[in-house]
Amino acid sequence: MTGRGPFAPWRWELLWNDKAVLLDGFVTTLLVSALALCAALLLGVAFGLSGTSQKKVLRGINRVYVEFFQNIPLLVQVFFIYNAFPLMGIRWSTFMIGVIGVGIYHGAYVSEVIRAGIRSIPRGQSDAAKSQGFNYFQTMAYVILPQTIKIILPPLTNQAVNLIKNTSVLTTLSGLDLMYRADSWASQGTLSYGPAYVCAGVLYFVICFPLATWARWYERRIKAREHIQLSEDAEKDLMMIAEEVIG
Amino acid sequence: MINALQDIFTPSNTKYLLTGLLYTILVSIVTVGVSTVFGTVLALLRNYERRFIGKIAGAYIEIFRNTPLLLWIMICLFVMRFGTTFFRGTLGLTLYTSSVVAEIIRGGLNSVDKGQFEAAQSQGFGKIAMFIWIILPQTFIRVVPSLMSQVVTTIKDTSFFSGYAIAEMFYRGKVLLAKLPGQGATITGTHTLVTYGSVALIYFAVNFILSCVVRRMMRRKSS
Repeated sequence: MTGRGPFAPWRWELLWNDKAVLLDGFVTTLLVSALALCAALLLGVAFGLSGTSQKKVLRGINRVYVEFFQNIPLLVQVFFIYNAFPLMGIRWSTFMIGVIGVGIYHGAYVSEVIRAGIRSIPRGQSDAAKSQGFNYFQTMAYVILPQTIKIILPPLTNQAVNLIKNTSVLTTLSGLDLMYRADSWASQGTLSYGPAYVCAGVLYFVICFPLATWARWYERRIKAREHIQLSEDAEKDLMMIAEEVIG
Repeated sequence: MINALQDIFTPSNTKYLLTGLLYTILVSIVTVGVSTVFGTVLALLRNYERRFIGKIAGAYIEIFRNTPLLLWIMICLFVMRFGTTFFRGTLGLTLYTSSVVAEIIRGGLNSVDKGQFEAAQSQGFGKIAMFIWIILPQTFIRVVPSLMSQVVTTIKDTSFFSGYAIAEMFYRGKVLLAKLPGQGATITGTHTLVTYGSVALIYFAVNFILSCVVRRMMRRKSS
């Protein structure tokens, strides 16, 4: 073991021998991300619908949910679940906390995207569906939501990228995710932070970069190919969401 | 509940927590400010410089945007060997935020009408003068709301410092909870609930007000 530099070759060698540790963390991160994404989508659709409802109460519920979870740091929310929920008799594993905490947090962002998507569909569409005998849920499921997909897919994908990055909050709860594994491997061993962090970064990057690049490509293609006519309100909403780069 | 509130919010504890809030806000404003400068340079290079250095700016933006903030905070804290913890933490946050801000600025640059470039050139502006006097002012006016909402995001992001003994608000909340027994309070579950709950509420109040302002500006801008 020679060389004291943070990136000395022997440090890389050690990491290579222990690569199972990082891969294990990588799998955990992927699992938490996938499940949290499902939760966020479910919540996003539910609260997105409530946000476009005719009923004031439902719109109110949407606002409370979105504002509450968007304006409190994810880390504080997750810490609250971790430290305060057991006092109320609710004990979750850190994995569960990751899925639920990150899912609810990003659900708020997803619901804003879906709300803007629904608002972008001209009212005539739901009037037409109703005149054909569709009830509210059928209208949404068969007529409105399928039409929104093209518009909301790029912002949703960006949300997925943010969600994956944000699963790293679990590190602060010793959550066995990729970032935690990299960090603890270094701090409990030879302090080889350099290689551990670089490898963790590369693993995050290989998931997030293709998603983000695809989202950009898809958005550009849709804009170029189809001249989707949006109502003026919807255009404003989508502009806001596009401009609001969300953490 | 009342007991816990009395134990936690003694004048000195309240002051301690609110000083943390002040640091949180100051760090966020400085971070977004520095990131705006650095992000503008990155955005200009990525958009208008087709050679090597433009590619580097692009790579920087993509690398930082597609990896977690916590990674960069940790790299600055544990791999770099200069400055105080506070400085290195803020550096990590700034490096990351710069990439996000760069994309906001690029969005603003792309929304400036092409005619503005041609008009500036026809009036004999050099490239740099054109950006400074004609293009960037229009860009900044457009992105002010987005930059403000980036302040909200950054305020939330500073909570990551709490794991590394940087005395922003969330860290101080945790310390406060740990100090209570020494102040003669018997800690109950309610104390934990109230402390974390209050910190969450303070974050909420600050960010909610800021995001209402942002929304207002956006609405006014687009009408």
